[in-house]
Amino acid sequence: MITAMILRALDTRAVWVVSILLLVALAVPFANLALPVSSPLHIPDYVVPLFGKYLTYAMLALALDLVWGYCGILSLGHSAFFALGGYAMGMYLMRQIGSRGVYGNPVLPDFMVFLNYKDLPWFWYGFDNFWFACLIVVLVPGLLAFIFGFLAFRSRVTGVYLSIITQALTYALLLAFFRNDLGFGGNNGLTDFKDILGFNIQSVTTRAALFAASAIALGLAVLVCSAIVNSKLGKVMVAVRDAESRTRFLGYRVDNVKLFAFVVSAIIAGVAGALYVPQVGIINPSEFAPENSIEIVIWTAVGGRATLVGPIVGGLLLNFGKTMFTSIWPDYWLYALGGVFVFVTLFLPKGIVGAIRGVFGKKPAPRADNTQAEDGGQTDAPLVTDAHPDPAE
Amino acid sequence: MATRLLRLTVLLIASLLVAVPVAMAQSQATPALVDALGQGGFPQREAAVAALVATTDQRVVPILEALSDGDLYTRKSDGKVVLAAKAGGGFALTDPLDQSGLGTASPSDIDKVKINNGLRGKLRTAIGQMTLLSTDRAVRLSAAQSVLKAADPSTLKLLQAALAAENDPQLKNVMELAEAVIVLKTDSPLAAKRAAIQTVAGHGDRDALTVLTAALATVPVELKPDVQAGIDGINNQLQLWGLAQNLVYGLSLGSVLLLAAIGLAITFGVMGVINMAHGEMVMLGAYATFVVQQLIQGYLPDLSDWSLMISIPAAFLFTGLVGIVIERSIIRWLYGRPLETLLATWGLSLILQQAVRSFFGPTNRPVLIPDWMTGQFSLGGLDITWNRLWIVVFAILVFAALQLVLNRTPLGLQMRAVTQNRRMASSMGIRTPFVDAMTFGLGSGVAGLAGVALTQIDNVSPNLGQGYIIDSFMVVVFGGVGNLWGTLIGALSIGVANKFLEPYVGAVLGKIIILVLIILFIQRRPRGMFALKGRAVEQ
Repeated sequence: MITAMILRALDTRAVWVVSILLLVALAVPFANLALPVSSPLHIPDYVVPLFGKYLTYAMLALALDLVWGYCGILSLGHSAFFALGGYAMGMYLMRQIGSRGVYGNPVLPDFMVFLNYKDLPWFWYGFDNFWFACLIVVLVPGLLAFIFGFLAFRSRVTGVYLSIITQALTYALLLAFFRNDLGFGGNNGLTDFKDILGFNIQSVTTRAALFAASAIALGLAVLVCSAIVNSKLGKVMVAVRDAESRTRFLGYRVDNVKLFAFVVSAIIAGVAGALYVPQVGIINPSEFAPENSIEIVIWTAVGGRATLVGPIVGGLLLNFGKTMFTSIWPDYWLYALGGVFVFVTLFLPKGIVGAIRGVFGKKPAPRADNTQAEDGGQTDAPLVTDAHPDPAE
Repeated sequence: MATRLLRLTVLLIASLLVAVPVAMAQSQATPALVDALGQGGFPQREAAVAALVATTDQRVVPILEALSDGDLYTRKSDGKVVLAAKAGGGFALTDPLDQSGLGTASPSDIDKVKINNGLRGKLRTAIGQMTLLSTDRAVRLSAAQSVLKAADPSTLKLLQAALAAENDPQLKNVMELAEAVIVLKTDSPLAAKRAAIQTVAGHGDRDALTVLTAALATVPVELKPDVQAGIDGINNQLQLWGLAQNLVYGLSLGSVLLLAAIGLAITFGVMGVINMAHGEMVMLGAYATFVVQQLIQGYLPDLSDWSLMISIPAAFLFTGLVGIVIERSIIRWLYGRPLETLLATWGLSLILQQAVRSFFGPTNRPVLIPDWMTGQFSLGGLDITWNRLWIVVFAILVFAALQLVLNRTPLGLQMRAVTQNRRMASSMGIRTPFVDAMTFGLGSGVAGLAGVALTQIDNVSPNLGQGYIIDSFMVVVFGGVGNLWGTLIGALSIGVANKFLEPYVGAVLGKIIILVLIILFIQRRPRGMFALKGRAVEQ
């Protein structure tokens, strides 16, 4: 059965994406490490972690696309899962510093010595093992998503209400992680990492390896998502997105479908966060900021919802644009970002990928009718969820 | 910060203006008058003291005290009266009036100004007269407080005299406390002490609590139960006042939340539009207030006191207009797609923020606080600041006005009709697009009003709105839509709950708890407290 799923996952598009990602995972480290600096194909050292970071962002956007594009759940709290995964990895990296910290304490990280901790808090146990940290990277975001989703979907909190409480969730976590007594370094977060799995985290080779790992992880995430959306379950997810009540009346357990998508998405986001931290070298509470979550939504929307390529394109493009913009015209970045938000929602509802597919007349993105968009506010109830107005539109 | 500095400066200038005429009214104590202390015998000295007292110059008080303590000397060379303190083998001399150093002198160079018991008694009275019986209220207050602190039994008589002459309730309070403390210290009869304990307990404030706690260790055993009862009584009373104070803080926070959220409740309730740019509407309202203030200062300085009042309609109209433009240009294309509206308005909020930052700069802009909004007053054990009180009043007025508009005007009727059944309203001839534009304008205008109020308690900066947007959403989601009462109760209960949690768990944790509680509450009632009744399944 699993083989069948994998085979189905390998539809042409997913295969293309994954092969490109594998190629990138090999080519970029090669161009960075093996080619001489004089070569026109040489990739400078600073570019590698930068694009590695973009790849983790793309993965995050893909995770959001799984719940928003395919299941109609607009989560404004995905940065929470990303940051939690990042914190788990950061804790491992902190423990690896050992006695090389400023205070030279073999067990306690610097900030704990500074805050007069006597012993390591219990939730830091085990993080000296890489496998344990990896387990937590998957477990904590997944568990949080499970509990939160279980409560929210069972109570049928949908639409904007769900969006707002996911935002409240990440805001609450932001406030909590800012507190020094939570034991995660307060507003400074975790930083000053030395090495990962015994390799110097600053070295060019480690960074190239991390880049390759990010590209491969993204490829795997595409495979997983592709397997899900091409399965029967994926069809039910789309049905939930387009007509939740109808799907429920047809006898599907809508809550469980949503919960599954939400948890998988949270895990992918957590892994993305774990890959992000060693490449940028810091994790602090600002990663939880609700604004970040909304930015993820716009990456997905720009690239194209309900496509697997779209969020990757959007994540890479917008973050590259942000880096360019903020270095050339820092004052105008917010205009550009805001403009993109408005422009995309008004004129490119299917995103770049969706629009290109529309132009080339390929298979349209699933479901494209929105019969009522024209009559300007057709909703009967004041608080419509997006059951009618469909997110794929 | 800037406004606080400004307020401080204003206060300083004001106090200077008040202080100068008072100082002019007094005559100065001259060196000649002081030097007279060192000449002649006791009768002359008494006359010199009287002359000094007659100047009512406060600098005289320490001189008289020094005289009483035997620290006042005459310099033999020129007969000048100086303060002398032992320093090494000789004395360090200072001028008694201006405190300037006059070098050192050997013991043979100076003579002590002698006093006897009669003069000592006179001096005590004179000092009391200059302080506890002074005509200046501030002097009396500080004197009474220092008596309370020192609790010197020898001042009891004087204190009682002053108490009899005192009319000011606050001063009387301090003096009574001081009297009771002194009585408790001396070996007066038990009955008198018990009465003193009663008096102190009757005051019921923190000072009284300190006095009683200190007394608990020193009073005779028979009185300990009385003191303990007094302490318990005060503690209970303080706790009650503390609760009331928290309630006041909570209502004040709640009214700010109400102002910020109520515009959102209208747009959300009527149109189902999640307006993420709502916070920026609040911010625009605040900047409108700033612009109105600058314009009035520039062109109509006579109206400066009224600029805040003039800002209210100006901010309402300006942000309302901006809202209508936004609705007509962007939001109307996105009806029925609430999640997309959310994104578009978020983008809009980024643009508005950056636009204001480019135009006005990233720093805070000062908005003056009118006189009638500064300062605070006490009500029993409550401290209430005027600006907070006015904001509560303003929030109530805005709420009432909105209720009137929604329930008593044709526009309100149409809005409610569209809220309840858009298509039916449309087929009855209501121009729903017009109603939408007006509703969005009204919601934005109300956000502008919130901005006017927030200039008085927050910094006017491009980020002003961001601080309120999540809280406003919490209020609206918690209260439910379609009914402004839900918003009112939601805002007030979140405000009060926040302020009641704060003393126990701190501000940040309190906020986290509130957020978690709201998330859990939404599980129970996915449509908020006052959900609009409708069909069970969303369409």
